[in-house]
Amino acid sequence: MIAVGVTTLRLTRHQHAVMVGHCYDGLPDEACGLLLGPMIGGVATGVITDTRPCVNADASARTYTVAPKDMLRAMRAAESAGVEIVGVWHSHTHTTAYPSPTDVRQAVDPGWIYPIVSLRDGAPVMRAYRIVAEVITEVPIEIVA
Amino acid sequence: MAVTISIPTVLRTQTDGQANVEVDGATVGAVFDEVISRFPGLKANLVGDDGGLHKFVNVFVDDEDIRYLDGLDTKLDDGASIAILPAVAGGA
Ligand SMILES: [Zn+2]
Repeated sequence: MIAVGVTTLRLTRHQHAVMVGHCYDGLPDEACGLLLGPMIGGVATGVITDTRPCVNADASARTYTVAPKDMLRAMRAAESAGVEIVGVWHSHTHTTAYPSPTDVRQAVDPGWIYPIVSLRDGAPVMRAYRIVAEVITEVPIEIVA
Repeated sequence: MAVTISIPTVLRTQTDGQANVEVDGATVGAVFDEVISRFPGLKANLVGDDGGLHKFVNVFVDDEDIRYLDGLDTKLDDGASIAILPAVAGGA
């Protein structure tokens, strides 16, 4: 399936706060978490039904790996809710909210959304992307009530 | 020995869109051989260059990671559920 189309990532204030909060909780290491929601044709729609903070199995300030057990739990939760895992967010503790070469190379699923939370400056900055065949496209984030 | 394999979204392009595939096999390796014979496109994602489990994939039998069981030799009970999950990682 070819992943096409542009989506807007729609987050509630609560979901946004969970994502950013988990990034702060992970300091000084990078933090990561999984997003659940519907997909159409293998591509995230941008609607998020669950934000799931995960353990960074690397326990590193430079890299992250979603703990496989958290991945399993997320998959099971998605299955029982009739949705899919539609993305992964992670923090950049000392760089901007833009995918690194490693992020691009290791992007798992062309249908996913990849939000990045930069904690480099005083206020957190979240931006989101699709990464398809190593091409980065920004996905606008809309905060819904 | 019928078991169910759940396929992650990224690999469903190789399984005609199926999220779950039922196969027979007494071990994870046997089940993989069977599912690869049905969907040959899965091979490159499941099997590494050394013939073992691909390093960017995690496989669970029920709730156990097969790397902590017997790997591809892990024996299966009837009705077991096998989850194939991509390794999700990045850096800085
Ligand atoms: Zn990154």
